[in-house]
Amino acid sequence: MVSLEHYLILSVVLFTIGVIGVLSRRNILIILMSIELMMNAVNINLIAFSNQLQDVIGQVFAVFVIVVAAAEAAVGLGIVIAMFSNKETVNVGEIDLMKW
Amino acid sequence: MLQLVIFYIFAAIAVVSAIMVITRRNAVHSAMFLAATLLSVAGVFLSLRAEFLAGVQVIVYVGGILVLFVFVIMLVPSDRVIFERRYNRQGRIALITAAVLIGELVYAVIQGRDAFVFPEETLEPAVEGNSQWVGTVLYQNYLLPFEIASILLLVAIIGAVVLSKKSKPGGEIAVEE
Repeated sequence: MVSLEHYLILSVVLFTIGVIGVLSRRNILIILMSIELMMNAVNINLIAFSNQLQDVIGQVFAVFVIVVAAAEAAVGLGIVIAMFSNKETVNVGEIDLMKW
Repeated sequence: MLQLVIFYIFAAIAVVSAIMVITRRNAVHSAMFLAATLLSVAGVFLSLRAEFLAGVQVIVYVGGILVLFVFVIMLVPSDRVIFERRYNRQGRIALITAAVLIGELVYAVIQGRDAFVFPEETLEPAVEGNSQWVGTVLYQNYLLPFEIASILLLVAIIGAVVLSKKSKPGGEIAVEE
């Protein structure tokens, strides 16, 4: 029998891997992929509780999370394209226009 | 028992591929491992009897978002990136932060274990089929959030088009005459 904790721990592990990716990588594309990983971890949580409570609202919220993830990917990749056409780089360390 | 085995298989694929996503040098490899992670998370959704979400995961994430990622990776020449350092200088701080985070979350899950025990009486779904159930609740009780989500998507589309317009070297967005 798979208990709820199994799913919660899986979600925690995936979320933490996403956090490590966001904090330590230099390629902005992989940072965006790590953010997608974190959103997926949240979805596992929502659906595990939805299954446990036999309440479908968790799945409805997971749909909204997926919508936000799609919007975030579209805008984020648009920013990557704009950044690359201006600065010829995908390295976040070289994007220092707003540093002083 | 079989359920447990299936869960462990999907969870192992998901975690190993997720680690691969953040450690590979080549962004295309990362995208492929991200696809493996997303597909096995869809398997986890299936084992939680969320068939609709599993389908949405495969169609929207793997079929939509990931293809978008691969397109952008192809547009951005990466042969120079491959020879650069992969990680920034705050790798150690990132690991410490992540260790604190995972410790805290696992502690919370273990401590709150008793709160997860729910009464046995499980409500039967009002209608047959997971998709129908999700759709009924989404369109009856959550119609306004649904419409707001569609506006969010519209704004994202317009934003992506405006952002990726060709811009002059000066940084301002060129307006086509």
